[in-house]
Amino acid sequence: MKPESAVVSITVNGTPHRLEADTRRTLVDLLREDLGLTGTKIGCGQGTCGACTVHVDGVRVLACLLLAVTVEGGQVLTIEGLGTPDGGLHELQQAFIDRDALQCGFCTPGQIMSGLGCIGEGRANTAEEIRESMSGNLCRCAAYPGIVAAIADVAEGQGA
Amino acid sequence: MRPFEYARPSDLAQALAAAGPDTVFIAGGTTVVDLMRLDVLAPRRLVGLGDVAELRRTELDGDPVRLGAGVTMAEAAALPLVRERYPALAAAIDLAASAQIRNVATLGGNLLQKTRCPYFRDASSPCGRRRPGDACSALTGHLEQRAVLGASPHCVAPYPGDMAVALVALEASVEAATAAKVVTVQVADLFREPGDAPHKETVLGDGDIITAVLLPAPRGTSAFVKLRDRASFAFAAASAAVSLELDHDRVVAARIALGGVATRPWRSSEAESAVSGERLTPERAFAAGEAAFEAVARTHENRRGIALGARAVTAALLACRGG
Repeated sequence: MKPESAVVSITVNGTPHRLEADTRRTLVDLLREDLGLTGTKIGCGQGTCGACTVHVDGVRVLACLLLAVTVEGGQVLTIEGLGTPDGGLHELQQAFIDRDALQCGFCTPGQIMSGLGCIGEGRANTAEEIRESMSGNLCRCAAYPGIVAAIADVAEGQGA
Repeated sequence: MRPFEYARPSDLAQALAAAGPDTVFIAGGTTVVDLMRLDVLAPRRLVGLGDVAELRRTELDGDPVRLGAGVTMAEAAALPLVRERYPALAAAIDLAASAQIRNVATLGGNLLQKTRCPYFRDASSPCGRRRPGDACSALTGHLEQRAVLGASPHCVAPYPGDMAVALVALEASVEAATAAKVVTVQVADLFREPGDAPHKETVLGDGDIITAVLLPAPRGTSAFVKLRDRASFAFAAASAAVSLELDHDRVVAARIALGGVATRPWRSSEAESAVSGERLTPERAFAAGEAAFEAVARTHENRRGIALGARAVTAALLACRGG
């Protein structure tokens, strides 16, 4: 193994993986290129747009700003890991459809993963609070009213 | 990004021993990965601090309160003790970056974040902060947000962070480990003005590691105000943190710090003097904000920074009064 490589052990959507990666590999590239999980998108590649949002060890993070080697041993949840075992949608995915919370859809996986974090952190009590908590996710189609409504729907349904 | 080796020390002694030339420590990585991608940082070795348990050591019942430098911004801001006793710190963290970044970025890494000056971030532009001896490109180029305070002919880049500004007003310190010993440095003394050596950003050495943030018992109340170009997820156009002891409406003691307008987190004794012993009226608060810039010659370039900085101080002082 080259000195600029490392073995990374990582669990993605419940499945453990162990693979050799260049130390420069970011988590988002590892997910997309090595594991074929292309639901997580790369927008800006510099931590501004939020399209690459996934959960690591239970919190929402930006996969483009994390080197895979620094996530060693981590539990990763991506958009592919949501939904029911029989292929049904997660309730927040359904809420995005019901509320028309997307147009082109490119930012949507990141919006949904971030929205889950927003609800889980208890930051979805008012529209204003949701907007602040979701400010790390940009939507070029400006579907923001629908995104806020979808998150509010699910948060209310959970008694948040 | 240039190829690099990655080391993952399991304790602080190993981490300190891993320091060396062309070596960079990485904690949350939200600054380091960004700058490596831009070629602004190009280390041959990266040393991950994620397994160093000492950096997570937190003591909430101590005096001072100790927050491990490896604690994330989100974790620190969620502590009831921080929210109740150090509101300026909680606000500074809440208003910084985005939720995703706060979940990863650490307290130590946040303090050491780099300037947002576009010439620093463009590896092909001369920049004395990035490459010792280079001339400052921003001096002759276009930099909307120049440091009003603490600038030199070698660097006019503002320090971008929020948390350090709150920590200066709270008279907090950092604990740092060097190869030889553990040192404690007031956050107000941690950062250097650029002078003729802008690449020397702090008083710490290259291989030193910030191990904790130390918060003295709060005196009075505190507040942090951040002014920015949009409502959320933006760096400060100007910010101010105030720690204030009031006797009814009279100021017994004030500690005032400014951000976004200075080359380092800036404590203003001029602003403090302008309110000490005085009744805290809106007019007096604004006079204090203006006093922070009384030594600065007004130019077309610094008008905006002065106006915003003075108003940030005003708002933070009045927030301590409860409105």
